[in-house]
Amino acid sequence: MRIEWLLALRFLREGRAQTFFMLGGVTMGVGVIVFLTSLITGLQRSIIEKTLGTQAHVVMRPPDDEARRIIKADRSLAVSANVERRAQRLSSILQWQQIMRDLEKRPEVTAVSPLVAGPSFAIRGSATKSVALMGIDPERYTRIVPMPSFMKEGEFRVTANDTAIGIDLARELGVTLGDKIRLQTADGRSETVTVAGIFDVGIRDLNRRWVFITLRSAQNLLDLVGGVSSLDVTVRDLFTAEIISEQLAGQTGLTAESWMKTNAQLMVGLKSQSASSYLIQFFVIISVAFGIASVLVVSVIQKTREVGILRAMGCSRRRIQRIFLLQGGVVGLTGSLLGSGLGALLVTFFAKTAINPDGTPVFPVVLELNMFLIAAGVATITCILAAAAPAARAARLDPVVAIRNA
Amino acid sequence: MTETKAIIQLTDVHKQYGSDGITTKVLHGIDLTLQQGEFTALIGPSGSGKSTLLNIIGLLEQPTSGIIEVQGSKTGLLSEDELTAVRGRSLGFVFQFHHLIPAFSALENVMMPLMLAQGRPTSAQRLRAEELLTRVGLADRLDFKPGKLSGGQQQRVAIARALALNPPLILADEPTGNLDTAAADEIFKLLREVNQDSGTTFLIVTHDPRLAGRCSRVVELVDGRIVT
Ligand SMILES: Nc1ncnc2c1ncn2[C@@H]1O[C@H](COP(=O)(O)OP(=O)(O)OP(=O)(O)O)[C@@H](O)[C@H]1O
Ligand SMILES: [Mg+2]
Repeated sequence: MRIEWLLALRFLREGRAQTFFMLGGVTMGVGVIVFLTSLITGLQRSIIEKTLGTQAHVVMRPPDDEARRIIKADRSLAVSANVERRAQRLSSILQWQQIMRDLEKRPEVTAVSPLVAGPSFAIRGSATKSVALMGIDPERYTRIVPMPSFMKEGEFRVTANDTAIGIDLARELGVTLGDKIRLQTADGRSETVTVAGIFDVGIRDLNRRWVFITLRSAQNLLDLVGGVSSLDVTVRDLFTAEIISEQLAGQTGLTAESWMKTNAQLMVGLKSQSASSYLIQFFVIISVAFGIASVLVVSVIQKTREVGILRAMGCSRRRIQRIFLLQGGVVGLTGSLLGSGLGALLVTFFAKTAINPDGTPVFPVVLELNMFLIAAGVATITCILAAAAPAARAARLDPVVAIRNA
Repeated sequence: MTETKAIIQLTDVHKQYGSDGITTKVLHGIDLTLQQGEFTALIGPSGSGKSTLLNIIGLLEQPTSGIIEVQGSKTGLLSEDELTAVRGRSLGFVFQFHHLIPAFSALENVMMPLMLAQGRPTSAQRLRAEELLTRVGLADRLDFKPGKLSGGQQQRVAIARALALNPPLILADEPTGNLDTAAADEIFKLLREVNQDSGTTFLIVTHDPRLAGRCSRVVELVDGRIVT
């Protein structure tokens, strides 16, 4: 062991109470940071998971060509932002099969699913409800939204004759498995299907409106033969969705909207939550640093004599400085380990106590190695930085002063 | 008197404390040469500047003016780090208040100059320290912390430590200052032995005329001037 280490460790061991308080400070600090981080990460992740349970990461739609044409048509005219969309009539994505195949080839894309969506009525006897037709290719669609896992009754079987509807719509129409419902659009096209499955996606509005039918049925009903109204895409890394959506929009000429844009409000909420958590962590780190620095300053003063003796025996100033920096580092590292343990313990305890009536935790907390490593790294560096001023002071000590004063 | 054998040579060394305002002149033109193997006592009344002189010779303090040569080379232009290196190489200290490091055992305290010189502890250093502690009669106290040793024992550890690197010059500031006569005699005998066995040069500050009388040379300091 190098002499700097030997001296640093021995000084720490000798200063029992001081070392204890420094370690305590770092442990608490790291504990709080670990606890806070894992709680907020877990919370945010579960919110995002819930949100994305029924959404694609990127939705691609036909370009808004009406608007473009008007702007092109008359450039001399001051273009008001008030370009009205053409009412109702659905437009299709041109050559969507080709685009879909191209998208699938991209490494960052994990699944693509075509969708023909449009308004309709669901009729059963005298009950009529306004619904959203979801024309899908079931195999592709379930790779994006795991419908089979949401099924309450029956199965997610979508064929020319079979449909899946939400639990609220089923109640409002008074249908159960095996019952028939008629789907009718505004221009009079209609089709009759049998309820093969009833789902609950956890969002009442969707449970009330979604009616799944095949792509072909939807194309017929919505007068969009051979076309699709959108392509749903999932990507490998959730948080790259926005960047990827911009790239896809640029390359395909379609409009693309990422889940982050769709849920902008949510993103703002999550971001400010993270920001306030960072602010708290920042101040925790600062106060730990001040604590370490003030204890070490005292310890340097108490070690004046030892420093003087060492200097008289040929110990360089740089070495003296390193001895005190090391003390900061050792306290930081040890405190980080203890603090990680403390944080993990708190989090586990919290997860065990805060549970829903059905026994699942309220917040699925996240404990990741990465977080511990970052917390430990930050704490150790903070402690070394905090030790810098006391260490410099120790290095500047005049050996004579130390030796004269017994 | 051959110049080549001088361990230390001081020429017209002055020291004053305080820059402007109140200044205290402590040393007035000291000329002093210590030859290799000399066993010199430095005596004088309290406040006459003995410790100051010793610290200046030990390169712990800078003189206000004058020249200090250690083994023939001038130290005036050396940086703090270079002075530290010379201290480690050429000088051993026994301080007035023994000054051991309380967190380390007797053995480790003696090893300290060796560890500092070599950067890390080794078993050879341990053997050397054991040998030195045995020589000062503390073979059975190797692992005692300074706090568990008597004043005389601590002083002997400090002497063993000063000897560790076998420096050509040992500076001792009242090494027997707070010891009774018997213990003081024993320490003094030990220093004399080392001087005779290894040819180490000693400069020893003492108030005890009896001990000074047993030195080969006596330098007396009065009011910052050498009178004998
Ligand atoms: N840092 C300082 N600032 C001002 N004056 C000092 C300082 N250090 C020492 N002195 C003065 O220098 C003079 C000599 O001090 P020094 O310690 O060398 O005396 P000494 O001969 O060793 O005395 P003693 O026998 O009591 O140890 C004293 O008058 C002391 O007050
Ligand atoms: Mg003195």
